[in-house]
Order: sequence, then C-alpha cells, then structure tokens
Amino acid sequence: MVMEAPAKGGFRFDLCRRNAMLEKQGAHPPKFLKTGTTIVGLIYKDGVILGADTRATEGSIVADKNCEKIHKLAPNIFCCGAGTAADTENVTDMVSSQLELHRYATGRNSRVVTALTMLKSHLFRYQGHVSAALVLGGYDVTGPHLHAVYPHGSTDTLPFATMGSGSLAAMAMFESRYKEDMTKEEGMELVAAAICSGIFNDLGSGSNVDLCIITKDGLEFLRNYKQPNPRTYVSKRGYSFGKGHTAILSTKIIPLREQVTVVEGDAMVEE
Amino acid sequence: MMGYVMMSTPIYHGATKAMEPWTPDWSQAAHSMGTTIMAVQYDKGVIMGADSRTSTGAYVANRASDKITCLTDNVYLCRSGSAADSQIISDYVRYFLNQHTIQLGRPATVKTAATLVRELSYQNKSFLEAGLIVGGWDKYDGGSIYAIPLGGTFLKLPFATGGSGSSYLYGFLDQAWREGMTKDEAEALVVKAVSLAMARDSGSGGVVRTVVINEEGVQRNFFAGDKLPRWYEEIPPQNSLLDVNTEVEPMRI
Repeated sequence: MVMEAPAKGGFRFDLCRRNAMLEKQGAHPPKFLKTGTTIVGLIYKDGVILGADTRATEGSIVADKNCEKIHKLAPNIFCCGAGTAADTENVTDMVSSQLELHRYATGRNSRVVTALTMLKSHLFRYQGHVSAALVLGGYDVTGPHLHAVYPHGSTDTLPFATMGSGSLAAMAMFESRYKEDMTKEEGMELVAAAICSGIFNDLGSGSNVDLCIITKDGLEFLRNYKQPNPRTYVSKRGYSFGKGHTAILSTKIIPLREQVTVVEGDAMVEE
Repeated sequence: MMGYVMMSTPIYHGATKAMEPWTPDWSQAAHSMGTTIMAVQYDKGVIMGADSRTSTGAYVANRASDKITCLTDNVYLCRSGSAADSQIISDYVRYFLNQHTIQLGRPATVKTAATLVRELSYQNKSFLEAGLIVGGWDKYDGGSIYAIPLGGTFLKLPFATGGSGSSYLYGFLDQAWREGMTKDEAEALVVKAVSLAMARDSGSGGVVRTVVINEEGVQRNFFAGDKLPRWYEEIPPQNSLLDVNTEVEPMRI
C-alpha cells in the first residue's frame, strides 16, 4: 500500500495529460472571464469623471452581475479596466503597489503620467498577451489628466475616451454631447448616459453604472450610481431546503474535547 | 489600414452553433496608425506634417492624435505603423538623447537622433513595425530630414513621406518640391500634400498638424479638418440635419 502525501496545493502537473485526453475526447476547457464592458472617462471643468458598467461575462454567460471595474491606483488616480478580468485586476494591483512604493521613495503624491508609463512599459513587454485595455484618469499637481491605454502598450491622451466592446455606443454619446468646461452635473449626466448606451446596446455590457469623480479637493466613488436593470420579479414562494433534499453518503464525528487543552496563561506584563 | 476590407456581419437571432455575442474585429486588432506623415526641407529649416487618425481595425480609436513627437528641443519624430512600437521607440530615443545631451554639453545633432532611431529599428527589426521620419535643426547641418522606414534603412533626404497615405504623395512631391522655398510656401505645400492624401487614403484623416523647426526654435500649427482645401468630389461640411428638428418655429396665431 502506497502512502500518499496530502496535496499541499499549487499546480498539479499530473493533470495535464488528463486534460489533454479529455480535450481529445471533445470536452471544452473553461473559458476566460472577460469583462465585455463599457468604460469611459471625460475631463470637465474641475477634474475627471470615470464611468463603467458592472457586467462580467464568461463566453455568453454573465458570471458577475455587479463586478467592480473601477480600480484604485492611488488616492488621486483611478483606472477603469476592460478585457480579460484577471489581467486588468492584476496589472492595476501591481501598478498600485509600485506607485505606493514610489510615493514613499519620492515623498510626493503620485502623478498620472507615472502610472501611465508603468502600465505602458509592462503591457508592451508582454506584446499584447496581457489583454488589458484601460481608461486611466486622475488629478495631480499638474492638473486633470485622462489617458486611454491599449493592450499592446500604446497610449492616447484625450479629453474624452471610451474602451471595451461598448465603446462605439458610448463614443457616439460623447461625440454628440461633449463640450469643454462642463459642470459636474452635466459631466455626470453625460458619463451615465454613455454607459447606459453601452449597457442597452452592447451584449457584453449590462447591469449598473459606477461613477468616480476626481478633483483637486478629493474624490467621490459612486458605486451603483444608476441601476437601470433592477430585478423586477422575485418569487413569493421563496426557497426552501428542507431535510432530506441532500443525500448523506457517510458520517464521521471527531470529538475535539480530547484533542484541545485550554491552558491559563500568565498575565501580560509590560516591563 | 491596407486597402478596402469587406465585413460581413452575422446577426444572431435565437440559438446558433457558437451562441456567443459576436466580437467585433476592432476589439482584437492592434492599435495602428494608418497615417500620412511627411517632412520637407525649406531654406532655413524643416517642416514636419502629419494627419491625426489612429485606427484599430476599422474603428477610428483616436481622431485627433499627435503623431509628431518631441525627441529634443530641436529634433522631432513623425511616427507611423504600430502605435505601441513607434511610441516605445520615441520614448527610448528621448531618454538616450537626454543623457547624451547632458554628457555632451551641447544640443544633440539631428544625425545623432536619427542614428539612435535607426539602431533601435534595425536591431529589433523582427519585433517592430514602425516607419519613422526624424527632422530637426542643428548648427552644423542646418535643417535635416532622415527617413527610417520598416527594417531600419537610413536615408538622408530633402523631403520624405511615410505611412499608408504616402503612396499618393510620391509623384506629387517629385513635381511640387523645390529647393530653397520660404517657410510659408513650404508649410502650404505640406498642408496641401497631407490633405490630398487624407482625401484618398482611408487610413488617414482628422486634422493636419505641422511643426516648423529652425534656428529660432519650434512652432506648432494646427489646421482643422473642415478648413482644409477641398479636392475632387469632396463636398463642403453641412450642419447636422438634427438642427432642423431641435429648432422649432413658434406657432403664430
């Protein structure tokens, strides 16, 4: 009889052959979690407004109806992410950590161009395989900034930007209604309208609208600012999971009283 | 943007074999600049010109991009091809030239800048897709233009074009360029050429940006798309028909 060491986690290479065999038999590997997405940003009179929808898709299934696509890079810099969810999450987390270390090293608040350069050099190194399309916006000592970052590492600096599968629908709203020096209300209204345009006209975007307003004085993160897709029907019967619904295969009871001993410790003394 | 692309768009009604929302081609395509870029030497310096369209497949990702990038105070770079590749080359060269200028104690020459661009382009030719034009002014050679197309060829020329729209300008420039033009003549030539290319090339459009570089310094100019000269079959810009709907005549009784 062979004693098997308990699995400690990590990648199991012995399963690769099994996966290859299953694939040959016709089974499909699980799909990436992509954020279909509509993400937008615009510069208004006092700063930057970023907006995003909240649907995450896995192929044609909605995996998450209310995910967060606006990530914090610094207290004054935020980033919306479209593309593969894992890539956007990890690249923004990585740059957020790098920016924090940079703040400690320099003793200054982070600048948007710093975040931009870190993102573009990382994405270029991976030649587009890190599938992250981002709308980066923030307010630093040099004023408000808005950039669009593409998966291959190129960037655009714009007064208004849209990305993701719903970007065409959102850009149509922006192109017809954007003007310079808008007030905060006008800006919020236009960003929400652009995201809603993506939500209703793009299959990859849906659910709610998230907004983030960044100004010289601080920031406002409005999670679920608009909820144009409420759950309209809830079954009155509710759910009931009575006894006997799940089959019990085996039972094992381990009394912990014999294993655990409680010892009275000494009083803590501070010398 | 190479040529004219036919796109057949399947519309999904109900269950289909794939059962996936159709992913448009522009969401996967790399960000490239269709582009018309050019540089022209005149009696006291150089004039660099470019359109402003950046396309991702068939979608215009940025209709007002700036393709003329600063390398040093006196040397500028026109970028075409892959947006990411040309941006990273210009970032590296700007960094090297910055160091070089500090160590040298004098402004860098246009030839040095062009050599650095060529070195990056040639040594990494299998990974990069960027057609570049370096132009500037220095006190040794005056105004100079160096064309560095795909592959890393190094060409010193009195005038140069690049990008998908350049095909339409070779013949035009052979006929129209003269030695020793004045600044206004040369700038008019650049604007005329870029707008001609924009009229015929689908990968070029938007506005025309020019940069004049001479002994005095650098001057950036902007020419709005609707104010450019109109060529064969181009119609004047119309006000949107939606204006008719919003302006309602009050009823008079």
